[in-house]
Amino acid sequence: MAFWDYANPTRFLKLVQVVLPWLTGLCVLASAAGLYMSFFIAPEDYQQGQTVRIMYIHVPAAWLSMMCYSIMAVSSLGTLVWKHPLADVSAKAAAPIGAAFTFMALVTGSLWGKPMWGTYWVWDARLTSVLVLLIMYLGLMTLWRTMEDPIKAGKAAAVLTLVGALNLPVIKFSVDWWNTLHQPASVMRMDGPTIHPDILWPLLVMAVAFTLLFFVLHLMAMRNEIMRRRVRTLRLRAASAAHPRSAVATAQPAE
Amino acid sequence: MSTWALALFQRDLRLSVRVGGSALVGVLFFLAVVTVIPFGVGPDLNLLSRIGPAILWIGALLATLLGLDRLFQADRDDGTLDLMLMAGRPLELVVLIKCLAHWVATGLPLVVAAPLLAIFLNLEPAAMGAVTLTLLVGTPALTLIGAIGAALTVSLRRGGLLLAVLVVPLAIPVLIFGVSAADAAIHDPVPFLTPFLILCALSLIAAVIGPIASAAALRFESD
Repeated sequence: MAFWDYANPTRFLKLVQVVLPWLTGLCVLASAAGLYMSFFIAPEDYQQGQTVRIMYIHVPAAWLSMMCYSIMAVSSLGTLVWKHPLADVSAKAAAPIGAAFTFMALVTGSLWGKPMWGTYWVWDARLTSVLVLLIMYLGLMTLWRTMEDPIKAGKAAAVLTLVGALNLPVIKFSVDWWNTLHQPASVMRMDGPTIHPDILWPLLVMAVAFTLLFFVLHLMAMRNEIMRRRVRTLRLRAASAAHPRSAVATAQPAE
Repeated sequence: MSTWALALFQRDLRLSVRVGGSALVGVLFFLAVVTVIPFGVGPDLNLLSRIGPAILWIGALLATLLGLDRLFQADRDDGTLDLMLMAGRPLELVVLIKCLAHWVATGLPLVVAAPLLAIFLNLEPAAMGAVTLTLLVGTPALTLIGAIGAALTVSLRRGGLLLAVLVVPLAIPVLIFGVSAADAAIHDPVPFLTPFLILCALSLIAAVIGPIASAAALRFESD
């Protein structure tokens, strides 16, 4: 079963080595195409003018901030239910990337909000729940840093990630449940997107580019995390070899 | 089943009200928070009566957060927690009973003190009743959600600050619906029952998710 084949970190690292250059190349191509389309081909909005171009960064970043948390939630299930050795590596690696995307969505959103809404920040449902998402990412990252044993920290963080996953539907549907300043979904709709194709296409290309960027960064971060754990184990082993009497048995499933 | 549950409940309650427990410190902290607010925003009685329910809710949230690190820490320090883990009782139920005892010792006093503090904030009798009622229904949710944070940080020496950071995002819905129910009781056209029932639902959801997640965290912490 392919899912379990890559439970072996060495095999996983080999896969990363093959996949990563292709993924990076695709990401560069998609980003170049997306940026060119959104800055030179896409028209100005008749009301928003040039500021509509902020949306080509803002919307994919906001999507990715939620997708990243979903991946962390699935990884946490992998940690707790299947005890997949790479699941907590994946969850830990995804957290800072997700925090960065969330931060980017908040910053671009408020830069867009100043000329359009007349204010950088409004306490409406969507903005508030995304801010809560950012706080949760930062809290999870802190929780990981407080525990020395990566396996134990991974399990604790997995519990918190799953509880926090209840926030995701709230973010997605906050614009439908409450009447807020933030506009309702206009691309992912049952009756088709309400955006003009001239604006929709650059947006979709940018979304693909951002998704590829996420996977490139995620794989790199996972590789680094596996290396970091190996270094840690080697150090522990060297320390216990130097002082054989106080040797501590260290089991590292992620090796 | 009921005998050991009752015994555990009584034990936790007794420990928290006796010397070394921290049951009534929370109420004092609540009083301190409410006293500090008028110094910060100015003693304008109209303004205070408008934001009064929010102040009381935030005070209750902070006071609850302050007491949470005692929920499992003392039991872990003296080894009781390990015995509870090995006793073969359903850990989820143990956590629920501990939360209940903790709420009776720390949350209920806040609810009782709320009408008194509402006088400081110039609240109308109707608003006073509404805030007290929402606190009565909502503070168990704060304790139960907080139990997750307490279980996750039980092995950390200085876990209190991290606990607050982890719990606050999860407690925000409770705060939103608690304050909006209390506000709805003051301003007539908005229905009171809708946010109030959602608040009740949140407490019930917390009563399921809190013990399950805390028990899972405690199990992982111990092995």
